[in-house]
Parts: sequence; structure tokens; C-alpha cells
Amino acid sequence: MTSVSTARQKKYRISPRQITALKVVIHLVSLFFFVLLIFQTFKGQLGADPVQGLSHFTGKAALNTLFITLLISPLAQWWKQGSLVKVRRLLGLYSFFWAVLHLLVYVLLDLNLDWALLASEIAERPYLTVGAVCWLILFALAVTSTQSMQRRLGKRWQQLHYWVYLAVPLAPVHYFWSVKSGVIEPLLYIAGAIMLLSFRKKTFKRWIPKFHQQTPSEER
Amino acid sequence: MRIRSTPSWQLKESDVTPESVYHQRRDILKKLGITLATLPLATQAQANIFDVFSDDEKIPDRRRALKAPDSTRFHPDLSLTPEDKILKYNNFYEFGTDKSDPARRAANFVTDPWKVDVSGMIARPFTLDYDDIFKRFPIEERIYRLRCVEAWSMNVPWIGFPLASLLRYAQPTSHAKFVAFETLYDPKQMPGQASRRLGGGIDYPYVEGLRLDEAMHPLTLIAVGLYGKTLAPQNGAPLRLVVPWKYGFKSIKSIVKITLTDKQPPTTWNLLAPQEYGFYANVNPQVDHPRWSQASERFIGEGNLFSSRRQPTLPFNGYASDVASLYKGMDLRKFY
Repeated sequence: MTSVSTARQKKYRISPRQITALKVVIHLVSLFFFVLLIFQTFKGQLGADPVQGLSHFTGKAALNTLFITLLISPLAQWWKQGSLVKVRRLLGLYSFFWAVLHLLVYVLLDLNLDWALLASEIAERPYLTVGAVCWLILFALAVTSTQSMQRRLGKRWQQLHYWVYLAVPLAPVHYFWSVKSGVIEPLLYIAGAIMLLSFRKKTFKRWIPKFHQQTPSEER
Repeated sequence: MRIRSTPSWQLKESDVTPESVYHQRRDILKKLGITLATLPLATQAQANIFDVFSDDEKIPDRRRALKAPDSTRFHPDLSLTPEDKILKYNNFYEFGTDKSDPARRAANFVTDPWKVDVSGMIARPFTLDYDDIFKRFPIEERIYRLRCVEAWSMNVPWIGFPLASLLRYAQPTSHAKFVAFETLYDPKQMPGQASRRLGGGIDYPYVEGLRLDEAMHPLTLIAVGLYGKTLAPQNGAPLRLVVPWKYGFKSIKSIVKITLTDKQPPTTWNLLAPQEYGFYANVNPQVDHPRWSQASERFIGEGNLFSSRRQPTLPFNGYASDVASLYKGMDLRKFY
């Protein structure tokens, strides 16, 4: 133990200022892509009718940002840079930001605010149901992302935020299900989701024996 | 083959909009376009302000003017999708799966020389070369609705000749029951055929087919142009099928082969996902695609991103009175 800790003290640690710098970079990159999207839309680079292009761009941006968010904890562990997790919330919020735009494009530009159609489509089309579930998970995580909410929810906060492990595989399934053909890219995303979840094997293993031990005793 | 003398889609002489009015209307629309451009969110205005990102791609335009009589005999009351949008919003997976891919990637597609092979169960097999395509059969302009299976639609002023003209010339034998079509297979020119990733995982060449009575129907068109010009490659140059009461994927592009057969021919999307795309693919608001509703569609018309509108989808895309009889007694849920 002592040898490890001395090694760590000698080792490079990310400073709070660098975390702030990293956050600034995340803001700049995200806003760059947002501005790029607006430029492309009005310059006609997303095609003569940009609705589909906007939908793909915002959906994939939400997916990419979600995956990067989920990559932070494993990276923090491997590099032994615990403070890296401080950028996780910001990334998660940007994922939700893109998901909001994604939904807006669908409801506003594709369905033209036909709420009845929105409701029936979400109910009847599995890929949209899956998308809606993902969106609601991200929404719940976003509104409980503040420190005061974290304090208020106490233990339940972590339980709520474990739901992201459901959103991670469902989001690429939504993508896979939505395409007419060309499943290679969505399949790569599904593989990515499996990989991200596999980094959390320990967490999942912790849950399984717990169930085995608790459920019988709770029932009797 | 019975042809009614006055089909409902063929307006009476008195209903025909004079050409000058037709162009006047275009002028008005253009002026409206200019007005729109001055609005803060309009396409052109933004394009001028934000030219910093990249230069506008200059796509070579090899189309030539194509004179077609009988202008606006068909549905002159439909508001047209602007030419620019018809040229830049295309599903032509041979040139990539993104809607904007075909306009870019097909720019240098060679359509002259061209050869269409007409064969199979016909008394008179023949080939059409590039000039024949425009001259062998009398061409005319027709404004048709186009409904994509993806639930968007356009109104297009096609120029072409009825497929029936070609088939009558070919003289189908009594065994012929179906017509099979094939798109050019040329991976050197069509990057989507060379790469499965670019081409959306489709097995090329793209093939389509119609029942002979569908093919002989006076609405079924072989288009060779639109908006008064020969077709652009992304629209299926030099000739493509247009079956206005069926989903767009039936209207096969850049045809090199027309074969009459006695068996129902394989069709590309049906082979790829049989539970989603049938052989018939008639536009039907009552039969949903398994993954989305077909009850309504987003019409791509004039104006910018925020002026698109959703409209109800019509049975047989608005051509029910002309074609519903072709499917009498058929369960259209089964034969989707």
C-alpha cells in the first residue's frame, strides 16, 4: 500500500485548473458542432430538405456524447485520475441537450406538432418506444444532476443514475431499428455499448449476488 | 387492353392552364422565394452571410432543354416541389444513402451513350440508344405526386412517355404476365455498388417489376426529363420508371434492361426486407410500414425548413379512381 501511494504522489495528477480547462474544451467542442449544424442547415449542406439530416446529426451527437460520458469513469480508473469524473455531468448534460434537439426536430419539423401522431407512433413503433424510454432516462438524470438534488435524493440518487446503463444499450438499438438499410454503423454502436457496459462488470456482479441473498429473505 | 377516352386525371381542354399562366405562376413563386430570402431564417439569406465555412459546391449540370407538348394536362392544380429540391433530395443508393449524396456523387455519371435492352416474352426484341430514348416514343409533360415509403412527398413535373407505348411496340406474347426492370450495374461509376457501406448493404443491380396490367396502365410513365430539361443523374438519367400510385422505390432509375416474363420478378427492397416492402407497394394510408405510420406524409414544397407541412396520405397516392380496379378482390394488407 505505501509503495503504491508514494508512487501515486510522484505520479502526475490532473489539477483543478486542468479540469476547468477540460470543461471549457467540452463547451467549445459542443457549441462548435451546434453552430456547424446551424450553418450546414442554412447553407443547404444537409440537403434540400434538412429534416432527416438534422435528425441524424442530433441523434448521433446525443449517442456519441452519451458514450463519451460513459467512458469517463473507466478512463479515470485506468489512468488513476479520479478527478476526471468531474467532467461527467457536463458531458451527460450535453448528451441530453442533443437528445432534446433530436426530439424537437422530430416533433416540430417532421411531425409538424401532430401530438396525436406522436403519441400513437411512440406507442405503436418499438423503435420509437425505445427512443422515448432513452429520452426519459436522460431527462430524469438531467433534472437530478445538480448537487442539491444529489443531496436531497441521498442513496436513491445513485440508484436513479444507474438507469443510464439501460439508456446506453437502448440508444443504439433505437438507431439500429430506425434505419432502412445499412446496419453496419448502428451495429458498431451496439458493440460500443456492450463494451462500455463490460467495463462495469464488477458493478453488475455486485447486483446479482445481492438479489440472490436478499430476495428469499425479503419474501419470507 | 381497354383505355378510357377521358380518364379523370386527364383534364378537359378547357381546364388546361395556358402556358403563359403556368410560367406566370412560376414567376410569382420565384418572387415569393426572393421575399422569403430576405427573412432572417431563409436559406439564401443565411447562405450569403455564412459563406465562411466552405464554398458552395459547383455541381456540373449537363442537362439540356427538352421540349414536351401537352404541358400541364395532368394535375396542373398541384403546387410543385421546387426544382432545386428535386435535384438535391434523392434516394439513389448507388450513389450513397444520404439524401444529398446522389447530387454530389452522380455529377459525372455518363448517360450518353446509353443502351436499353428490351427483351423476353415479346414478338419484337429491340434496344434503345441514347437518342431513341427521347425520340422513339412521343413525350409529354405530366405533373405527378411522388410519395416515398419514408413518408415524405413531392409534386414533380415529369417529361416522358407512357410505358404502354414501349410495350405495345415490343408486342408482348400471350405468356407475358410481368415486366422486370434493371438499373445499370457499373461499380466504377456507382460508388454504392462498389462499397456495401456506401450502398446501404443492397445487392446490386437494383431490380424492380410490375404486373403487365400495371405496366400497361396509362399513368405508368417512363420519365426522360423534368422541369423542361433532361433528367439529372441523381433523378435517374437518362430514363426511369414513374408509377405515381406506388411508393417511390418502385420507380426504378437509370434503366438498362426491360424484360417481359411469366413469373413475378424479384424486386430489390422486397429481397432486402420482405416483411417491410412488398412487391406491390401501393401507397396505402391504411397499411403502415411496420416501423412508421403511412397515414400522413411530409410534403416537400416551397419555402424553408420551417414551412414544411404534414398532409394526409391518399389511397393509391390520389390515383385511386384510376387504378383501384387493378386490385379488385385483393387483400391489400396481405399484398402490401
